[in-house]
Amino acid sequence: MTAHPTSPYFKENAHEALKDEQLQMALSNVRQGFIDKRAAVAAKLPEFEALRDSARDIKNHTLANLDLYLEKWENKVHDAGGHVHWARTAEEARQAIVDICRKAGAKTVTKGKSMISEEINLNAAIEAAGMTPVETDLGEYIIQLRNEAPSHIIAPAVHLNATQVESDFRRVHTHLDPNRDLSEPVQLLTEARQVLREKFLAADVGITGANFLIAETGTSVIVTNEGNGDLTQILPKIHIVIASIEKLVPTLDDVSQILRVLARSATGQEMSVYTTFSTGPRRPGDVDGPEEYHVVVLDNGRSAMLGTSFQDMLRCIRCGACMNHCPVYHAVGGHAYGWVYPGPMGAVLSPSLIGVDKAGHLPNASTFCGRCESVCPVRIPLPKMMRHWREQEFERHLTPATVRSGLGVWAFFAKRPTLYRFASNLGMKALAFFGRDKGKFTSLPFAGGWTDYRDFPAPQGGTFQDQWKARKGAKS
Amino acid sequence: MAAPNSSRPPRVALFATCLVDLMRPSIGMATAKLLEDAGCVVEVPSQTCCGQPAFNSGDRDTARALAEQMIAAFEGYDYIVAPSGSCAGQVRKHYPELFKHDPNLARRADALAEKTYELTSFLVDVLGVRKVAASVAGTATYHDSCSGLRELSVKKQPRLLLQSVDGLSLTEMNENEVCCGFGGTFAVKYGEISDSIVTKKAENIEAAEPDMLLAGDLGCLMNMAGKLSRMGSTIEVRHVAEVLAGMTDLPPIGAPSGQEKAR
Repeated sequence: MTAHPTSPYFKENAHEALKDEQLQMALSNVRQGFIDKRAAVAAKLPEFEALRDSARDIKNHTLANLDLYLEKWENKVHDAGGHVHWARTAEEARQAIVDICRKAGAKTVTKGKSMISEEINLNAAIEAAGMTPVETDLGEYIIQLRNEAPSHIIAPAVHLNATQVESDFRRVHTHLDPNRDLSEPVQLLTEARQVLREKFLAADVGITGANFLIAETGTSVIVTNEGNGDLTQILPKIHIVIASIEKLVPTLDDVSQILRVLARSATGQEMSVYTTFSTGPRRPGDVDGPEEYHVVVLDNGRSAMLGTSFQDMLRCIRCGACMNHCPVYHAVGGHAYGWVYPGPMGAVLSPSLIGVDKAGHLPNASTFCGRCESVCPVRIPLPKMMRHWREQEFERHLTPATVRSGLGVWAFFAKRPTLYRFASNLGMKALAFFGRDKGKFTSLPFAGGWTDYRDFPAPQGGTFQDQWKARKGAKS
Repeated sequence: MAAPNSSRPPRVALFATCLVDLMRPSIGMATAKLLEDAGCVVEVPSQTCCGQPAFNSGDRDTARALAEQMIAAFEGYDYIVAPSGSCAGQVRKHYPELFKHDPNLARRADALAEKTYELTSFLVDVLGVRKVAASVAGTATYHDSCSGLRELSVKKQPRLLLQSVDGLSLTEMNENEVCCGFGGTFAVKYGEISDSIVTKKAENIEAAEPDMLLAGDLGCLMNMAGKLSRMGSTIEVRHVAEVLAGMTDLPPIGAPSGQEKAR
């Protein structure tokens, strides 16, 4: 079982989110920041668009030869003294990780930020095995205290305001002076750092995700800003990397190219503060590093996307630019999407991983404004793939009956131009007659989704085709 | 591309779009006037809808049937012009995809796509029009509708033409490239989310303090006009073609008919 989805209740989730004043305040703060920073840093790099093409091509090439590169990568990991664990499902991945931790007699397990660990619901499995997982990314640490899921793939606590964090710290960090000043964000950061430092030193196992796996060297790469990832993977005796199969790239050169679009697209930085390459365990003569290096490689439905109209989604490098630029994400935040991956990338990926019957709302809850695709560093055609999901829903009769029948009536007329012209002319004249005094309707039957929130402008009366015919008649 | 023979004026098929045909014929008339003023011979083939609502709802069969009907009705002209970035985008960008695997129709769909344009882009990019003969007093702000902007690169063209309107000044709102929340059936299916998006849009429009809100797509205009009206705003909402054609004596979108405009 993967993390439990509430995606079938997307509409209800969205309703709650829109009424949540704290959330709306947090979302309004982030709306512009990410966008302006990305635009500025992209504008400064003349080859940015060419790099996006290159990043797309590298990922396409890798996906077309994924089996070969996975094998090559595995051999290189072995050569460096590391271990590879293949996991077809979330259950197999959890089992592999828990087994390694048990064998090490672990009590405390520190974790760097990893969306895959959310996908497989890893913390619950570690706890169930009697060990304590500690999130060390500041945002992840905060939401762990709140027993929440991330609401954004790179900014997990973006749905919170500083005052909420302050009260959580006061609630949990009871060993500290209750009268301490936490009014400034930097004070919150300092306190988190202080609390986490002890956990780092106590950890028996450190788990990180991976932004990339490099086939030619067997290396895993993490891209971070806080340095917690490095402490997570260097200090404990055992380092476990949890990564999905599409993180693979062929060479160090390839990684270097993609890194140039990743941070720019994500946070608007030219590079993240830390970009850390790990190859195998500590070697003789190394000053630090783990004694054991394991990589758990997760499939969980991804290989089934290869060769389908959703293969392009596997290019995703998890920068978050699509959600940063999405008007629907800005309105409802990440939790409303109801599963691990929010925003446009989640609207495409979630139906693949948990089923379109559960995640069917997500590809529909888009205006197709196309801004996500316009900023995607690997040029994933996100709206097109959301449309593919809508097609599958339509074929499988998962589209709501009201939508289906409305579409049917409209199509009946639209396919018959003569009948359409006759009926529409009559209909619009009638509608115009009823709306002529106000010029608008404040409520309309069958269109409450519209008129509950805004007026519906009345038509002018008659149709353009009718008026054009009359004009031509008058001229000749 | 089917470049028009320079010895005769281009024959342009006006695709009004179903929304304009049904809701606001004056936009179609304004489009015809602008095209005729620019030297085109304008015709209006019998038409219904380009099929976009079906295409975006996942109903490919209906989308194909309507596209086929559209191709047959419009392929005999030099150009097809629509007062909409969304519907022109459907023909230009999505018809080729719809018939990619149909050897009989693929060529015809590609050919139609190549000669189909959004109105302001056609006037500026194809005909080289730089100014219009219109006089409209007031300040306008322009909303960049998503499909026109991102599928057809419509951005400078409407502004260039609006700058030539006598008495009109342009003021830009914040986030003018952000979606208004219309999204076709999205506005009804996810009305509450759509409302949140259009509310932010309306706030940006009001903050720019224009007399008029203009855009190139009637769906977006009806959405924004409906919200502004519900909020009690007095900003007039019009299609860019109506202003470029100097046809602002008609009531704006969502205003009562049969009375003088309130300004």
